[in-house]
Amino acid sequence: MGDGLLEFIVNTVKIALIFFAVVSTVPLLVWVERRGSAFMQNRLGPNRVGPLGLLQLAADAVKFIFKEPFVPEAADKALYFMAPALCLLPAMLTFAAIPLSTPFTVGGHTFKMQVTDINVGIVYIFAVASLGVYGILVAGWSSSNKYSLLGALRASSQMISYEVAMGLSIIGVILKYKTFDLTKMIGAQTGPFNFTWQGHNFEPLSWLPNWGIFFQPVAFILFFTAGFAETNRLPFDLPEGEAELVAGYHTEYGGFKFNMFFMGEYGHMMTSAALITILFFGGYALPWAGGGPVQVQEFWLSHSTWLSQTLSLSASEAASVLTMVTHLACFSAKMGFFLFVYIWVRWTLPRFRYDQLMDLGWKTMLPWSLANLGATTALMFFARYNPL
Amino acid sequence: MIQQLAPILVLIAVVVIFSVVAIFLTSLTGPKKNPTIAKQMPYECGVPGINVRTTKFPVKFYLTAILFILFDIEVIFLYPWALVFSDLLKKSPFVFIEMMIFMVILTFGLFYVWKGQALDWD
Repeated sequence: MGDGLLEFIVNTVKIALIFFAVVSTVPLLVWVERRGSAFMQNRLGPNRVGPLGLLQLAADAVKFIFKEPFVPEAADKALYFMAPALCLLPAMLTFAAIPLSTPFTVGGHTFKMQVTDINVGIVYIFAVASLGVYGILVAGWSSSNKYSLLGALRASSQMISYEVAMGLSIIGVILKYKTFDLTKMIGAQTGPFNFTWQGHNFEPLSWLPNWGIFFQPVAFILFFTAGFAETNRLPFDLPEGEAELVAGYHTEYGGFKFNMFFMGEYGHMMTSAALITILFFGGYALPWAGGGPVQVQEFWLSHSTWLSQTLSLSASEAASVLTMVTHLACFSAKMGFFLFVYIWVRWTLPRFRYDQLMDLGWKTMLPWSLANLGATTALMFFARYNPL
Repeated sequence: MIQQLAPILVLIAVVVIFSVVAIFLTSLTGPKKNPTIAKQMPYECGVPGINVRTTKFPVKFYLTAILFILFDIEVIFLYPWALVFSDLLKKSPFVFIEMMIFMVILTFGLFYVWKGQALDWD
């Protein structure tokens, strides 16, 4: 009982830590977005509060907390208060399945760098991410405002339209890796680029990492594009098109409730960037590290005496900690790049018109993802059987 | 299985507690509620607001939702197939032909919906 209780407490603390890490990354992302936008538009952005304007985050948080708790008269009160939590919950639940780094061992206990290691990770993420539609619909409907309702309708129909293409595009990836497990997918992307054709293994470019994007480039483009639509970001931010709909489904929200919609949206963005990294760019595995996590661990085993001496850990424990830090840094770098691309695209592409958006989803991306799936299957078939 | 899903339940509890506490506490920290007639109306610009919960919206959204359900279920059928495809292909090429038939039906369905103008948004 004692050991089980300890494990439960440790895991709960870990879950709370990861949750608050994600939640506190959101203001940082907002700062990057505001400074990045300013940089791209040749203006300054927030630069008054603290060094580089970094304390703006704290100022914003304080402002969110000390706002008048406004509730519109016509709103459906219960649903109105529930909607922000319904938006935040799926975003945090999807991020729970993302493996951030390799597990590490301290004092005989092994800690995994993710909330939970689900063996059907990718299916779980897609299942929970779909629930995000409910938060938006509930928010839009319960506000009793026509802008909110229109924003919610647009957001939900856009999200479900792009979900079909998104779900189809990753089938090619699953065909390649033969697993739903995200950790195993990362394991399959280590080493140099290689493939099997007619029973022979080819390694044409030994300097190229074995990343998913080189096997499924079309799937990457489709998944990446659908990611923008799923997170309601420009060029697909029609649900919040401020020229038409004020602020979309969260028009009637203010203060901390509004902040929770923001956390949800950025949480979805982080999950999306993390999924792109894992499915197409090798996840936390270092490229060109001569094989992957095992090699990194071996490297640190012979270079970690300074840490094991200062913290009085055993050599293998110190090595596992350093391996974890290396992989976490690698994962953050890759994920940070894609988060930056999200901000970059926002100031590069103009907003779509609604019919163009639906056409892109149903008439362009869906046929392309079907064609990609057919081509992948056919390639795998001909790699095995030679009909000639 | 329960080992994998228990942390999810704990996370749900953490998020729900965080949301409830945050919304409750911030309702105490803010200035006193000062409702005026204009403030209580739905946000609108220049014209009187309308009660949207009784208004109609285009049936197009409904059609999109139905199409989504159809296609998404078909996509879900492809997931387990994708998982075992390579292994089954080693035994016989039949799994390839079988799935190509399914894909053709799926593509035909898309084509039918397309020609029926269900995807047109005017």
